[in-house]
Amino acid sequence: MKFSVGNVLFYWPKCTLEAFYEQASQSSADCIYLGESVCSKRREFSLNDWLEIGKKLQSQGKQVVLTSLALLEAKSELASLKKICLNGNFLVEANDFGAVEILSEAQIPFVAGAALNIYNQYDLKLLVDKGMKRWVMPVELSRDWLRQVLEACEELGIRDKFEVEVYGFGFLPLAYSARCFTARSENKPKDQCQLCCINYPQGKEINSQENTQLFRMNGIQTMSGKIQNLINDLPSMKGLVDIVRISPNTQDSLAWLTLFKQNLHGDSAIALQDYCNGFWHKIEGMATT
Amino acid sequence: MELLSPAGSLPALRAAVDEGADAVYLGFKDDTNARHFAGLNFTDKTLNQGVNYAHQHQRKVHVAVNTFSHPTRCHTWFDAVEKARDIGADVLIASNIAVLEYAATHHPDLELHLSVQASATNVAAINFFKQFGISRAVLPRVLSFQQVANLAKDSDVELEVFAFGSLCIMAEGRCYLSSYMTGESPNTAGACSPAKYVRWQETPDGLESRLNNVLIDRFQDDEKTGYPTLCKGRFDVDGRVVHALEAPTSLNTLEILPQLKNISISALKIEGRQRSPTYTRQVTRVWRQAIDLVNKQPENFKVKAQWNQCLSELSEGSQTTLGAYERTWQ
Repeated sequence: MKFSVGNVLFYWPKCTLEAFYEQASQSSADCIYLGESVCSKRREFSLNDWLEIGKKLQSQGKQVVLTSLALLEAKSELASLKKICLNGNFLVEANDFGAVEILSEAQIPFVAGAALNIYNQYDLKLLVDKGMKRWVMPVELSRDWLRQVLEACEELGIRDKFEVEVYGFGFLPLAYSARCFTARSENKPKDQCQLCCINYPQGKEINSQENTQLFRMNGIQTMSGKIQNLINDLPSMKGLVDIVRISPNTQDSLAWLTLFKQNLHGDSAIALQDYCNGFWHKIEGMATT
Repeated sequence: MELLSPAGSLPALRAAVDEGADAVYLGFKDDTNARHFAGLNFTDKTLNQGVNYAHQHQRKVHVAVNTFSHPTRCHTWFDAVEKARDIGADVLIASNIAVLEYAATHHPDLELHLSVQASATNVAAINFFKQFGISRAVLPRVLSFQQVANLAKDSDVELEVFAFGSLCIMAEGRCYLSSYMTGESPNTAGACSPAKYVRWQETPDGLESRLNNVLIDRFQDDEKTGYPTLCKGRFDVDGRVVHALEAPTSLNTLEILPQLKNISISALKIEGRQRSPTYTRQVTRVWRQAIDLVNKQPENFKVKAQWNQCLSELSEGSQTTLGAYERTWQ
């Protein structure tokens, strides 16, 4: 089992990001995702900055994957996407079929991100033919669903053509909107948002009127209210999952890499009352088993 | 511009045809349909009657097979494609690449439209789906007018946009809020905030609506109640109880109809297969009149007050918005 550090889904200041990747370079992660997948206005790092960080991490033995936006609306966003896809060095995570189009046209292998709607073996077959090397399963799917898909992939003869990655730890990206919820919560129009997401390094809570944590707003993205934590489910991933992703919400998230590795066989389980893991167990995602 | 009206039932289909819709769209009574609600949709018998009725009046029937197929039941989705063709559908609307590929390879003669659930918001994404021979893409309700205009210029497939109806605040096909709360995904089960998880309860604090036991909203006596679609609930943000994601409201694009015509939008879609035949009748009537007027007098088109009044009364929360076409959204 390998472990990855997902790209930071929140908007962190440059110095925080630098410190984070310094620490990540010393971590036990096998693979590190870099870049922006939520909002094109978040530019604390330019593409060149990401490429520089990537090279450093690569030289320290990490596999580096550049991620890309999930919701592409403006022409300028598409132009940036092309630059990411054609970076010439790092593997790219496609989070929109527009990225799949650009990458496959250029015959560049790619990672199919969790924001792509890939639900069955025929979807995977089609993407394997286009150059997909890794499938990050949509966050709403279960272990059972994954097992069925992979069994069917076996029959189609494509089971060994790609790796499987799942979100193991982190706030889950659940939805994307035209509207920026964070700007709206501050009564700012989206085009005058003043990049206010930078003030919420873990997003902003949306709770029910009974104070249940429901969701978390992160700009145009809506996330799970609780952190999904599959640490106790690692033994059930055997034979199905190749890479487990830690999606960071603070600098300290990297510590979970160690905890996860300690519990690979289930002998260092932890109490999960503040977390959720329902999706993996084929029930509501917010639930904890 | 083609007017495409929702048909959640045979009476709704007849109403749409009678009021001048150029085409209707519908789906089967199963989870291949993104409007898979109890009491809705077509049996084999009503399906044949509906297709005959539309065709007798020279209108088209679009069949939506627009959810994502399950790994052990892909045949259900492929059979739905076969069935759409067998009943004489003029168009298949699909989103799942497995379904699109099946249709493209088995029935290349069947006109194929890319469902809004495929979330194609840019020209590269539309180009990706062109390999399946789609002739039209239905655009998610997340783009500004300028972005839609750019797509119309840059893409060589027809574009269809939503003209009116309940507003999904999220990019369609990319929202797992409902499965996070209920375990059932709109993408794979075909319903958002499913009715079987809804509970209403009178309490001393007001009338409460719950979804899988989560409090979505609480209404006082003088407030209009609404179905607990979870993105339209009132939640606590910064200690204030607000419509944190979106208020109950409907999209209404009558105001920009001449501009939509200018950029050669091919079709205007009315949302609402889950609504009553009366809704379909009234909305279709208004939009038929509006499209006829804009075709006749594109320069002097003015929205009639009675149109807006009629549409407001049929809207969620009796409110309408231009949605992503509003400047504050961009």
